[in-house]
Amino acid sequence: MLTDYLPILLLLVFAIGFAAVNLALTHLIGPKKSTQAKLSVYESGVQPVGDTRQRISIRFGLIAMLFIIFDIEVVFLYPWAIVFKKFTENSGYFILIEMLVFIGILFLGYIYAWKKGGLSWD
Amino acid sequence: MDLPLNVLIISSLIKIVVVVHILLIGVMGMILAERKVSGWIQDRHGPNRVGPWGILQPIADGIKFLLKEDLVPDHVDKPVYLLAPAIILVPALVTCGVVPFGSSITVSGYEIPLQIADINIGVLYILAITSLGVYGVVLGAWASNNKYSLLGGLRSSAQMISYELTLGLSLIGVLILSSSLSLREIAIQQGSYPWTWNFLIHFPAFLAFTTAAFAETNRLPFDLAEAEQELVGGYHTEYSSMKFAMYFMAEYMHMIVGSAVAVTLFFGGWQFFGLETVGGPFWSGLISVGIFFVKTAFFLFVFIWVRWTLPRFRYDQLMNLGWKFLLPITLASIVVTATVWAFTQSKVLVGILNVVVACIVVAIVSTTLVMTREPEPVEDRGILSFTKESSS
Repeated sequence: MLTDYLPILLLLVFAIGFAAVNLALTHLIGPKKSTQAKLSVYESGVQPVGDTRQRISIRFGLIAMLFIIFDIEVVFLYPWAIVFKKFTENSGYFILIEMLVFIGILFLGYIYAWKKGGLSWD
Repeated sequence: MDLPLNVLIISSLIKIVVVVHILLIGVMGMILAERKVSGWIQDRHGPNRVGPWGILQPIADGIKFLLKEDLVPDHVDKPVYLLAPAIILVPALVTCGVVPFGSSITVSGYEIPLQIADINIGVLYILAITSLGVYGVVLGAWASNNKYSLLGGLRSSAQMISYELTLGLSLIGVLILSSSLSLREIAIQQGSYPWTWNFLIHFPAFLAFTTAAFAETNRLPFDLAEAEQELVGGYHTEYSSMKFAMYFMAEYMHMIVGSAVAVTLFFGGWQFFGLETVGGPFWSGLISVGIFFVKTAFFLFVFIWVRWTLPRFRYDQLMNLGWKFLLPITLASIVVTATVWAFTQSKVLVGILNVVVACIVVAIVSTTLVMTREPEPVEDRGILSFTKESSS
């Protein structure tokens, strides 16, 4: 079983090596003629104004939280989807009703989030 | 089926080297194809100076990237800034590990599957690894300490996590009917003929998956993360030389692997009208690889085609599409697939009802959006409003 994952490990090592070689090569080969202008913040050629670390819109945080809620739903649905066929053949519609209730509850939450304006961006 | 350990290691090493090189050549080919097809769509030549028909252009680009100055600006967070391109490139390369690009090939008595690793959680693996790509974007953007980069990274991360839901949910209908997470198993179950492939049974889910794939790769019409007119380069504004090229390569690799996954899950993988069984145990394997490449190439062409057809979304339109249309459509598709299968066990009925219900969902959502739209504020225009104000 675990040997199935051996090629993945080899591929990972290969990929990391490729990325490292790329970073090293471009560092070694490229010219090094840096000037003060090159090393400053790029803001379309004008003098940089203010600091980058500023407050950002709360919407981004809201989206992240909504994502976590729904992503957990997705995680629960995966094992359910895999055993669904086997269960309906053996023990009827129980598994279907169960998941309809689960999706139903989450759908109510979805409607609530929509009504409260959590999904709109303006 | 089970290979001895030494054969497994040697065959996997050969497959890894070949696949990674094909992927890199594919990236080069896509860079050229993108510019050639853009030229063709816009009625101009595209690159035609370097080599015959410009086919050496990507190689010239690559060499130039390598020879450019490796600039590390003063204001960046150095360790994160240097690691971010690697963080985005490694997942992009590693995802191709579970995609079956052909049936199997028999060499000196060993039947070697044409897939780097046939693990039984393939679909989960793809979703898990592709979602790591968002770290490369966010960390690179944050470490650059540049306003354009930060805005691009924020937009991109919010967009990618929003569409990741759709990506995950759209596959569940497929999984219900295939009862397996192994990509090889799902591809084989679809059979050789186009009318038994998954894209017909799960048509709304397939459209949602394709849309989400566009959004995940930050391609037009979802390229708000690097909208040149607003954000210069987006999250890679402060990157130069090969570090910039690594972001670029990662984007193209995501496109290629995404197309390959779409072909595997929805278009029957390497199968086409029984053509993949023609020839002996050696040639049939190679033919299946050819079929798989042609199908993937078609998807890649669609990526370029869409880029020059659709204009860029506005950010609220992007979020509306993801949260208010695609999410309910995929949820409805799961419910329909499960219910119809439990009662009738008919794939035809699942296919038809999926489309019908998706249309109903779109109708309901768009009606709701139109009904609840706030009226545009009436602008004060010219002399009328002026006199009104002065009279009061």
